[in-house]
Amino acid sequence: MPSANLLQSLDYSVLQQCMHCGMCLPTCPTYVETKMERNSPRGRISLMRAVADGELEVSKALSDEMYYCLGCLACQTACPAGVNYAELFETARAEVEQAQVNDGMQRGFWRWLSLNVIFMRPWLLRLIGRVLRIYQSTGLERLMRKVHFFGLMPPSLKKLEPQTPQIAAQFSDDLIWPEESPKTGKGYRVGLLTGCIQDLAFSNINRDTVDVLLANGCEVITPRSQSCCGSLHAHNGELELARELARRQIDSFDLDELDAIITNAGGCGSHLKTYGHLLHDDPFYAAKAKMWDKKVKDIHEWLVQIRFRKPTAGAAVGEVTYHESCHLCHGQKVVSQPRQILNSIPGLVFKELPESNWCCGSAGIYNITQPEQSQKLLDRKVANLRQAGAPVVATSNPGCHLQIANGLRSCGDHPCHEVTQPVTLLAQAYRAESPALTNS
Amino acid sequence: MPSVNQIEAPFIDSLKEILSPDRVLTSAEDIVPYSFDGTAALKQRPGAVVFPLTAEEVSECVKLARRNNVPVVTRGSGTGLSGGSVPLSGCLVICLVKMDKLIEVDENNLTLRAQSGVITKEIDDAAAKVGLFYPPDPGSMKISTIGGNVAENSGGLRGLKYGVTRDYVMGIEVVLPDGTLTFLGNKCVKDVAGYSMKDLFIGSEGTLGIITEVILKVLPRPKARKTMLALYDSMDAAAKTISAIIAAKIIPCTLEFLDRVTVQCVEDYAKIGLPTDVEALVLMETDGHPVVVEEEAAQMMALAKANGAHDVRAAADEAEGAKLAAARRNAFSALARVRPTTILEDVTVPRSELATMVAFIDSVAKKHKLQIGTFGHLGDGNLHPTFLTNERDHEEMHRIEIALEEIVDETIRLGGTVTGEHGVGLAKKAFLKRQLGEGSYELMRSIKQALDPQGLLNPGKIFDPRN
Repeated sequence: MPSANLLQSLDYSVLQQCMHCGMCLPTCPTYVETKMERNSPRGRISLMRAVADGELEVSKALSDEMYYCLGCLACQTACPAGVNYAELFETARAEVEQAQVNDGMQRGFWRWLSLNVIFMRPWLLRLIGRVLRIYQSTGLERLMRKVHFFGLMPPSLKKLEPQTPQIAAQFSDDLIWPEESPKTGKGYRVGLLTGCIQDLAFSNINRDTVDVLLANGCEVITPRSQSCCGSLHAHNGELELARELARRQIDSFDLDELDAIITNAGGCGSHLKTYGHLLHDDPFYAAKAKMWDKKVKDIHEWLVQIRFRKPTAGAAVGEVTYHESCHLCHGQKVVSQPRQILNSIPGLVFKELPESNWCCGSAGIYNITQPEQSQKLLDRKVANLRQAGAPVVATSNPGCHLQIANGLRSCGDHPCHEVTQPVTLLAQAYRAESPALTNS
Repeated sequence: MPSVNQIEAPFIDSLKEILSPDRVLTSAEDIVPYSFDGTAALKQRPGAVVFPLTAEEVSECVKLARRNNVPVVTRGSGTGLSGGSVPLSGCLVICLVKMDKLIEVDENNLTLRAQSGVITKEIDDAAAKVGLFYPPDPGSMKISTIGGNVAENSGGLRGLKYGVTRDYVMGIEVVLPDGTLTFLGNKCVKDVAGYSMKDLFIGSEGTLGIITEVILKVLPRPKARKTMLALYDSMDAAAKTISAIIAAKIIPCTLEFLDRVTVQCVEDYAKIGLPTDVEALVLMETDGHPVVVEEEAAQMMALAKANGAHDVRAAADEAEGAKLAAARRNAFSALARVRPTTILEDVTVPRSELATMVAFIDSVAKKHKLQIGTFGHLGDGNLHPTFLTNERDHEEMHRIEIALEEIVDETIRLGGTVTGEHGVGLAKKAFLKRQLGEGSYELMRSIKQALDPQGLLNPGKIFDPRN
């Protein structure tokens, strides 16, 4: 099926841009682990190019390789030639899915259930969230764990069970009004993306984001029951579903009326900024998607851009270190802004984390699909946090937040015992200075 | 070329017995990524890739290859820029990246001993921990292996003051083409026992033996460093400054330049506020004792101004120094983004001829309607004319070939060399005889013939074998 070969239909110059200099190798967590070229960005690109050139069949081994990649995009930061690895990697995963080299009944079922059913239906995702919350809060979860119910599950699932995120009592729609206005000085009008995992597990961080925006003179518009942004789909080879979700996302905001669309999850933001490319062939959405890309801003990026107000009171923390979400630092190149925000909080002592931009192993659903490699990266992160020695680590992506919290929980005596986010600390500081300045 | 064999199944079984099955790669998905190194537009798929952990394992692999008449290409991290580690179709690739033990830092003898797969930067990091310094800093030092550096005799930014890799190699362990494992050199500063055999293997590009371990010389780490930046309206003025600095008995550790095209590309890409109408941007650094550094820096700045620099800045500290160095650091990245294919050359001329050479390259670019950005090492005459092109545009690639011929001829006319630090490999092979002349060229081939009569170690690199 030469016409259906996605890598062949890709603009060849994207593949060709890689000059195989090898500068990506020392920044690639999987290459550093194995020292095998196929586990490196330039190695993977050479495999993609071989497929595009018709020199290599799409095989199970190729698929395994594409799914062994974390998609952390550290290679994009290291690359002297500006290779768009994100696009290559998404196309290659779509290619292996299309070629169906990976088919197994079980894998197919779980992919279908999660990508095609649950994450396409915001109401269903939230319903599952509610049920999970009841299970967790009524003591049923504790009971199941006590009677070793999970001992009956396959080992891979058994290992994942304790990692289930704690579902919030209330979701974003319960905590945030559709429109909220700052009490003083309306300067900007922004939309807020509540995310899906963020909404279920960290709706409080969405509330903190709104408070921080209000404190800086932004009117905040938050559409109800939002869809997944589609990053999960794009990263897992389902580009058509990703396009569908992108259209839905664009339709839920009145772009002309907004100065910016704010995202507070690094992983989502990185994908949200590529709708223009994703929909460039769509006659109705291409122009809108281009405008969308320009307006999507990570919360830290936006706050620094509008010269956010330094809080006059502090947050209830001393030393804080910062772990960078891969898709925030490598994907969006938002590096200094979260640090500026942390440093603006009176009394907060900022300590750099060694290897702060090295992937923690969460990487979307990588901790589920590749638990072994994910654990190695988590161990490395936990060791670095020990070296940093701060009692609190801030990060800005729900995946990293959950992964690091799990890692710290499983080693009892760790000096770092709290995971939080820069916006949460900033919101705390604003709240401490005077209740009149925020709406919460 | 003498006839050689391709890899067959029993050979692979034997490799798996010598090593272990997981260190022998043969599937397409595993070996396609070993078809190339860092050189543009060169690739060949090998027959198998193996990862030895010890010199003895390397020796056994070489002996096996010899018995089966299979060619062997040695590889480190594959960052070479002359095609030195590009495989021959169907050959055996011996990849040394897993021989990565840093064996010893000897503070009494100021030496460092490491297996050849250790990353160059890790060598300098290990030295830095005890206040020592390994000066050679090739552009790929974050990932290149020390074995590869020795085999290619890599350079870097500090050539003028500190020399190149060769100047730091005191000993090497090497597997000869017949599989013999031997050690050449030692920790002695003075050693005149027989021929200096290690020197034959430094820069031999994997054609004479496989380097498995090295003893390196290290220096006390300089206590201070000062970074300066100067902008010029003509390359001549920049070159005159360098001559004046050297005439003033100052040997700076860094003297780097960017030409107009490169400065424009850097500004387009990095937006660091450089004026785009300058003919040359020069980055200068001096290091050593703090008092001397201050004195030399002041003198260098005065000389730059006296020789026509219209803007000279000095960094107050390391952080500011990094800002000034940003233009040079971004040079290659900025050029590499302009077009899909980037061809990096490294013709080198005596320092006194550098301005002439840069002007010549500029005229060649205009004549053949090519985009060439030139940057490089002003202190040692090592230039990096960088062709920005598309390897699929055959007509333009042909013009590049002609332009390169002209640049090479002019380099040789000026008493220069076709490669200052990247090696001959496949990329410069066609020009070697022209530079060396018959006598020197045949001497090299005789040595190759004597050490590797079967022609199995990296055959066809540097030159074609006899017969």
